[in-house]
Amino acid sequence: MNKKVVTFLILFSLWCIFSGMFDVFHLALGVISCLIITLISGDLIFKSEKFTKSHIRDGIRFIKYIPWLFYQIILANIHVAYLALHPKMPIQPFVLEYKAKLKKDISKVVFAHSITLTPGTITMDITKDNIFVIHCISQKVADDLLTGEMEKKVGRIFGENIERS
Amino acid sequence: MINFDFALNIIVGVIVGIGLFFFFTATVGLLRFPDFYCKLQATGKGDTLGAILTLLGIVIYILKEDFSFSTILVSLKLLFIIFFIFLANPTATHAITKAGLDSGVIPLRKEDLER
Repeated sequence: MNKKVVTFLILFSLWCIFSGMFDVFHLALGVISCLIITLISGDLIFKSEKFTKSHIRDGIRFIKYIPWLFYQIILANIHVAYLALHPKMPIQPFVLEYKAKLKKDISKVVFAHSITLTPGTITMDITKDNIFVIHCISQKVADDLLTGEMEKKVGRIFGENIERS
Repeated sequence: MINFDFALNIIVGVIVGIGLFFFFTATVGLLRFPDFYCKLQATGKGDTLGAILTLLGIVIYILKEDFSFSTILVSLKLLFIIFFIFLANPTATHAITKAGLDSGVIPLRKEDLER
């Protein structure tokens, strides 16, 4: 399927949800504005020219990844809450450099995003040789990251094989 | 089925309460942690989880009160707000830390804390 058609369908369904009015006048307004936006910037959502089944497969795998990420976020949030409420505040901040093996841009973005979302770690920078500069607040959260489980999962979403030795 | 409504109310209360608890710890962390990056650690993420849980509680509450087409639309909009918070909050945190790094704010290390 052509990617502009898919972009138009996505925009129009969003219009329907946000407007909440289903008479001819408002739907026609929606069609007109979605058409204009699709014509001007229709090549922003999808990089490749055609919309194929692999996009849908990636999307489904990404949705499957979210519950695991959410679980990790809750675990790590409890850890940070413990650090913040502890009277002695046992934090040991340090900066970690992590060499990632992901190649595609989108998987790097999702990985950096996941790191920032799990509390205790922030991606500060991604250098050109694929080194993630990460600020960690204690040793425990860094250990969780260094197992490489998250990177493997992100790689699997976008069909990249990562072998950690 | 007797107290189905009551049970759902309790669930909503618990979810919103947990969300508010994470907001609270985020604020405590913001006030207590020593340096720029550690303060961001606390707020950037505690806020995300707090907002997501609070809004989820509201979604359940709306759907429980009146399950109709218009409330489904409202709850879909709330889910979109959750989605955008989920995207925007870490991005903003990353942008602030990167700005700090670029302008030369030196991260505190363990050795500095022991002194």
